[in-house]
Amino acid sequence: MIWDKQKECMPREELEELQLKKLQETVKRAFKKIPYYNKKYTEVEVFPEDIETLKDIEKLPFITKDDLRESYPFGLFAVDKKKIKELHSSSGTTGKPVVSGYTEKDLDIWSETIARGLTMMGLGEDDVIQNTHGYGMFTGGFGVHYGSHKIGATIIPISTGQTKRQIEIMRDFGTTGLIFTPSYGIYLGETAIEDGLDPKEFGIKAIGFGAEMWTEEMREQIEKIFGAKAYNIYGLTELMGPGVGIECCAQQGLHIPEDIYYPEIIDPNTLENIGPNMEGELVLTNLEREGMPVIRFRTKDITSLTYEPCKCGRTFARMGRITGRSDDMIKVKGVAIFPSQIEKAILKVSQVKPHYMIIVTRPDVLDQIEVKVEASEDLFFDGVKEMVNIRQKIGKSIENETGIRVKVTLVEPRSLPRFEGKAKRVIDERNLH
Amino acid sequence: MKVEQLSIFLQNKEGSLHDVLEILKKGNLNLKALSLADASDFGILRIVVDNPDKGIKLLKDNGFLVKPTDIIAIEMDDTPGALANILGIIKKDKINLEYLYAFSHQKTDKAILVLHTDNLDDLISCLEKENIVIVQSEKIFDL
Repeated sequence: MIWDKQKECMPREELEELQLKKLQETVKRAFKKIPYYNKKYTEVEVFPEDIETLKDIEKLPFITKDDLRESYPFGLFAVDKKKIKELHSSSGTTGKPVVSGYTEKDLDIWSETIARGLTMMGLGEDDVIQNTHGYGMFTGGFGVHYGSHKIGATIIPISTGQTKRQIEIMRDFGTTGLIFTPSYGIYLGETAIEDGLDPKEFGIKAIGFGAEMWTEEMREQIEKIFGAKAYNIYGLTELMGPGVGIECCAQQGLHIPEDIYYPEIIDPNTLENIGPNMEGELVLTNLEREGMPVIRFRTKDITSLTYEPCKCGRTFARMGRITGRSDDMIKVKGVAIFPSQIEKAILKVSQVKPHYMIIVTRPDVLDQIEVKVEASEDLFFDGVKEMVNIRQKIGKSIENETGIRVKVTLVEPRSLPRFEGKAKRVIDERNLH
Repeated sequence: MKVEQLSIFLQNKEGSLHDVLEILKKGNLNLKALSLADASDFGILRIVVDNPDKGIKLLKDNGFLVKPTDIIAIEMDDTPGALANILGIIKKDKINLEYLYAFSHQKTDKAILVLHTDNLDDLISCLEKENIVIVQSEKIFDL
């Protein structure tokens, strides 16, 4: 099944024409309505009329998370605030969060992208979708919710946690579609198995997972546990939310609704655009967004794009699985964490700039973070009690800053590696790439 | 009255105690007393050496985290029940000890007890009141 065959299977030439038209309109509106774009484009002397071809998008400067943050909260809105129907915000990041505003039309477009995706996964009006993504400022919950309404399915907005209840509801309500983060999904399945149940008998038809790094092995494990295909969902709050890319039945990359998002791949070092099938940083542009058009957003996610025709018949480009980051952000339990946050948290306990290292592991299915901190004059006392106290204080401070509980280990001075130039603060031992 | 002890931060890993002792050996420093407190991933090594200033400098120069701490050393009989008697006196004055360690030596028939608490002066008056001999630094260095 294809939700909007006319759009999703549009011949590429026709699609590119549509994209150009929408890009020109978007740039024109942003330039006119949003002082940020007006100032930035005037500075580099690029104006809306300079966008004559799709390739001309490369003339426009990038926008980053920092730019969005500086415009906190509503600096990038293109409409009067009374037209904004909903606000969302990114989870656990440094400094001010990123705000996303949606008009009525934006919410409809957003749900459209999810509707297409859920249809790709084989879900429709007869299905019961259990959404374990958190409801709240995080876009994962509501995005899937609206998309599910659009296709006429029954949604169970259960949110994260309460694992035993999740399993009970899954069986009692006849859930056929599951939405979760890969690590929570495995945990959910394993909990059911521990309780003597076989998740394969639950009647799950399809699984949508995302918001976290995963491997093919994890997918295989999930599919084996539930006896159903698992599809990757990608998205970012900055652009709208989930639905920027969703896998079809071929499971060979995520289709990007190119009439709604314009994707590019750049070399994160030279910032030059690079061709299809080559790995680089994904850059995204909203082609259809009233409330807050975002143009050339650097996602910092590393992937590649392919424009080769897909088995499913859709002509939309496909992005590969995210294989890494071009910055040092780590995603743990679905929460984005930057080393700078950890540093800030340690500085609240110690006066001296700390040497530290973040080690991320996944001993079973759930992520664990260990933060090694070099002890210093500031962090050393002649008493075990005081030392344990210091360790707890650092842990608490990091939890306040990031929302994640970590294990803190104090290590000897000069025992952590030193780097010339940019320090490598994170060791990711999860083998996700 | 007080004796200077060196407290050294150590990670709980193979060889870390040895590294400290090698440095002291090269500096020709003699170890008079030693105790090691451990808390799973790290430990605190507490030592009394015959030249604390030199010890601190050497260890710091070699990248160790070391802090001088004052402790009280007292002499007690090397006989059954001696420690219990002393702790009884301290308990009577409601003084909470942070840690203690003891060692015996060949020069006299007495053992040396090293004590630490939040308020050392209270401890000193408590002990003096009961005529317990507080050992001076020089004497310990000489043992």
